[in-house]
Amino acid sequence: MFIIKNVLVGGKVANVHLIGNRVSKISYDKSEDTSNTPSFDGKGGVLMPAFIDMHVHLREPGYEYKEDIKSGLESAVAGGYSAVCPMPNTNPVTDNQYIVNYIMNKARECKLARVYPIGCISKGMKGLELAEMASMQKEGIVAVSDDGMPVASSGLMRLAMEYADGLGLLVISHSEDKELAKGYVNEGANATRAGIEGINRVAEESMIAREILLADALKTRVHIAHVSTANGVDLIRWAKAKGIRVTAETGPNYICGTDELILDYNPSAKVNPPLREESDRLAIIQGLVDGTIDCIATDHAPHSMSEKSKEFATAPFGISGLESAFSMCYTELVLTGRMTLDRLSELMTTNVAKILDIPCGEIVEDGLADFVIVDESAEYIIDSSNWYSKGKNTPFNGRHVTGKVMATIVDGRLVYKI
Amino acid sequence: MRKHLLGLEGMSRDEIVEILDTADMMRDHLDKGEFDNDYASGSSVVNLFFENSTRTRTSFENASKFVGANIVNISVASSSVTKGESMYDTAMTLQCIKNDIIVMRHSIAGAAHYLSKHVDSHVINAGDGQHEHPTQGLLDMLTMRRHFGRLEGLTVAIIGDIKYSRVARSNIIGLTTMGATVKVFGIKTLMPAGIEEMGATVCESIEEAIKGSDVIMGLRIQLERMQSGQFPSVREYHREFGITADRVKLANANAIIMHPAPVNRGVEISGEVVDSANSKIFEQVTNGLAVRMAVIKLMSEAK
Repeated sequence: MFIIKNVLVGGKVANVHLIGNRVSKISYDKSEDTSNTPSFDGKGGVLMPAFIDMHVHLREPGYEYKEDIKSGLESAVAGGYSAVCPMPNTNPVTDNQYIVNYIMNKARECKLARVYPIGCISKGMKGLELAEMASMQKEGIVAVSDDGMPVASSGLMRLAMEYADGLGLLVISHSEDKELAKGYVNEGANATRAGIEGINRVAEESMIAREILLADALKTRVHIAHVSTANGVDLIRWAKAKGIRVTAETGPNYICGTDELILDYNPSAKVNPPLREESDRLAIIQGLVDGTIDCIATDHAPHSMSEKSKEFATAPFGISGLESAFSMCYTELVLTGRMTLDRLSELMTTNVAKILDIPCGEIVEDGLADFVIVDESAEYIIDSSNWYSKGKNTPFNGRHVTGKVMATIVDGRLVYKI
Repeated sequence: MRKHLLGLEGMSRDEIVEILDTADMMRDHLDKGEFDNDYASGSSVVNLFFENSTRTRTSFENASKFVGANIVNISVASSSVTKGESMYDTAMTLQCIKNDIIVMRHSIAGAAHYLSKHVDSHVINAGDGQHEHPTQGLLDMLTMRRHFGRLEGLTVAIIGDIKYSRVARSNIIGLTTMGATVKVFGIKTLMPAGIEEMGATVCESIEEAIKGSDVIMGLRIQLERMQSGQFPSVREYHREFGITADRVKLANANAIIMHPAPVNRGVEISGEVVDSANSKIFEQVTNGLAVRMAVIKLMSEAK
């Protein structure tokens, strides 16, 4: 037995009783005696299904100095997440059942957030031949992607989408034509001013177009990762209107940041796809509001300080983001009145669960007890030096944000509290 | 003089004028053969070049000596960068061997900003990637001001590889700050996105750029741009887009020819134009020395 006390459920103060990993009772009785049961007092907080992040980098195996499964999951639960999907660009890459098995075992030992790994599309992430998707699926992958090393060959992508669809596995496309992406930041006036070589937006958009047309022709699904441009949103809107089975994510970086952030050469603002322009940022937000973009994923990409304190061009791409995601999204999307907290919950939880066909927390009797409690009025300044993640790399340090994770419950257990 | 000279961006008209006025004084010393000045005696300067550049390095070297500063050269072989030498470690080392002024050339944009955040010394950016080359911008403005007696109201055409040029950026920023009009022309594969937002007028042809200009500034076309497919041949480039004697005739009567050198004769500019009476290309080299003397003098006084 465990009781989550004094939390807002549907706008009313409630005590939510748990037995095991399920909700046993939701009580609105203010005089209820809860003194003899282990509990968490969430006074002032709103109870929500915990978030699910379908795009993170946990770096293990291979890059434990950037992050490991334990530190990544500590970071996840501190960010209000009950489940994360690590991308397969580990070392060695996650292209076979044995690495998937290793990740699953490590994750289970941590007893923090759930882990649903993503396997490679191609062997060795080389873009030449399909990886053993079915074998990896038996060990627990829920999707395939060659994240960071996009499948350049249209022929291979076609085969991947067909083969994966037959298994019920989602193909996630990191859409980027490397031929058009030889720079480090968004190609535009700010790149020119800073003298940094730009990545043309068509690098992303042309591959989004390819994936959509393949999904149409093959009658398969495809998921577009980290959409960052206005035309990218328009392409997906067009595809959805035609009934093509495409889903898409964007992230806090693109919701809250633009390429103004690169002007002081802070390598923490270096990310792929790059931070774009204000018109893109607004188009992304519109896409989230109108449902063109289905969900929010962080693309949590931790790096060590020594890597990220190099000169701009030599520093690696990526922003650490699990622990700032909710606050950034709340501040930019809910506090501004662009959407309700319920809509943000769809974008950060329920839509993700639907896309991946995995369970999520439900605030109903017998619902899965994967919850987050958030304080909508808490204000603070982002400071990554306090994070659980090893990756302190974010250009959003110093931002004043509203909305804070108070506690996280996974599988009926309190795994994080403030 | 501000603490660091990282770029002309953000510098006021007064700050630029102070350097140019001082540089005029230094130029007088040079013309009189006075190389033994003591404006910066007791200061130590280090030349830290991550990219090869005999010209700029030698110019800073002589400039330091001519104002009485000590100078040492550190040529960092490009291999040590690929070996993983962190620039932070390099910066700390320089900090600990006590230098007042660090002159740095680096292939990465923002490198001088990075260095300035980690050392107490003054930092002079001697070129950072495609970003800025402020002493070049200053020497170009000095050359124009000495010829025309003013910068305000001049029309300057910058022609060639605008995309990869730090010289273009420093000139656009400096000249527009000083009230000059800057026109740019480059073939579209060598034009950066949004350059007009920096205050330059983009021309559709080389003729349009030169017509009515007081200064024609050519920029070097690297042959590697041809190898990477950005233009098809030197022959076509020179014929269609080069600064030739015929095209120079479109400029204003008293117009001058400039180029940051080294020049590719017969590519971006014809040899005839380089050697013509209104060419200031070699004058620029001497003015570069004067500008660098001025900057080292002013920084030494500010320490």
